[in-house]
Amino acid sequence: MSIDWAALGSVFGISLVVTVALVGLFTLGIVGLSRQERAAAQGGSAALAVTGAYACFAACTAAVAYGIYLIVA
Amino acid sequence: MESFSLILAIVVVTALAFDFTNGFHDTANAMATTISTGALKPKVAVAMSAVLNLVGAFLSVEVANTISKGLVDETGIRPEVIFAALVGAILWNLLTWLVGLPSSSSHALMGGLIGAAVASAGIGAVNGDVLVTKVLLPAIAAPIVAGVAALLATRMTYSLGRKADGKASAKGYRAGQIASAGLVSLAHGTNDAQKTMGIITLALIAGGSLAPDSDPPVWVILSAGLAIALGTYLGGWRIIRTMGRGLTDLQPQQGFAAQTSAATVILASSHLGFSLSTTHSVSGAVMGAGLGRKGGVVRWSTATRMFVAWGLTLPAAALVAALAEWVCRAGDWGTALVAVFLVASSFAIWRISRREVVDHTNVVDTEEPGSDEPAGVVTTAMAAVSPPPAGVTEDLAATVPAPAATADPKAPSATTTV
Repeated sequence: MSIDWAALGSVFGISLVVTVALVGLFTLGIVGLSRQERAAAQGGSAALAVTGAYACFAACTAAVAYGIYLIVA
Repeated sequence: MESFSLILAIVVVTALAFDFTNGFHDTANAMATTISTGALKPKVAVAMSAVLNLVGAFLSVEVANTISKGLVDETGIRPEVIFAALVGAILWNLLTWLVGLPSSSSHALMGGLIGAAVASAGIGAVNGDVLVTKVLLPAIAAPIVAGVAALLATRMTYSLGRKADGKASAKGYRAGQIASAGLVSLAHGTNDAQKTMGIITLALIAGGSLAPDSDPPVWVILSAGLAIALGTYLGGWRIIRTMGRGLTDLQPQQGFAAQTSAATVILASSHLGFSLSTTHSVSGAVMGAGLGRKGGVVRWSTATRMFVAWGLTLPAAALVAALAEWVCRAGDWGTALVAVFLVASSFAIWRISRREVVDHTNVVDTEEPGSDEPAGVVTTAMAAVSPPPAGVTEDLAATVPAPAATADPKAPSATTTV
């Protein structure tokens, strides 16, 4: 009986890294947007935070697109 | 399609019925977290999941083409064997739905195939190595992988997002959950609808109305996609409640982390050739997310019952399928007997489920059917229901006159299941 430990190991590693990275990025995006929300409430703006936030969301969208590509392909 | 015998028609209808149970059994995988955290209204969530399942069913026929190969030796398999396998799988799906426990529909189907093949061709018909590498190991690995990933992701999102609040944060987590739940739905459509297509195609080949090695015909793809979408839309609210509320209490952050982890694990595993069960991954992810929040708890009593159900899935479905195959072998009346038994017991399970209705109106209620109460209900239901898979089938021959007499009132259940 041959158990494909390499495949199992890579599923584990990749899932772990991708999940944590995605959730981390997305959270950073949310942090950026809520900083902007606070700044706007005080009449200021937080251009850097917003740019960063959208960059994070763009990366997440790319990951979702890649996920759909994996399903379709 | 000219040689479309009666048994073949029965197999196709039963396969679609299985697809339907598969749909409402697995709605929870995609939508339980989204519904329980309030990101989507229950009805909207199941509708979205149904549409994505339907779309997924049309995306490819890869899985359908591989389903028949590997686990059992398909040469000399008869439509009756496939019918018996489906009977085992459907009954187990309905029973676990009744007690509200998430369990793998794929395992039920595999168990059914194994049991029927063993009863038909002896123990040599099953490939033991494949059983361990494709069923046992993934069943243990999936919840661990998804659970650890969700746990770390939850920790991460809570510590990073300490400063996130207000509308932006609520909207963000909501969008994130919807996106990852959508991915899980789509993946489910491509995987599970195709399993049914594979089964129907296998039956058509076994019955001689399709040439070996042919792709599933369009009507098979269409009907399998519709059956799973319809099942998904009706929603297995009992299982959704267990997964979204029973295992742990989820906040939006946790729901997002859990669903992202599940989607990643499912896609990574199927892409890397080490397929993990959707149900096991999502359950593991939900528990991991429960442990990841400070003060979060996992209700281990519910989790234990779920693990027991996972362990029983394959042998129970196999046992029912083996008995069904044994009865089927008695000839046409045997097959008819099994068909009547299937319809009668499905109807009985549905009747029992009406005693305590769980639907989209009360699926997220925590007050009245709180964390303790459903536990009691589930325990008693489990205790009351667990024996039947073996017991009921054993006195099948003895009890058949009664269900046969009530054949007419069963018609509504037949239409809903098919």
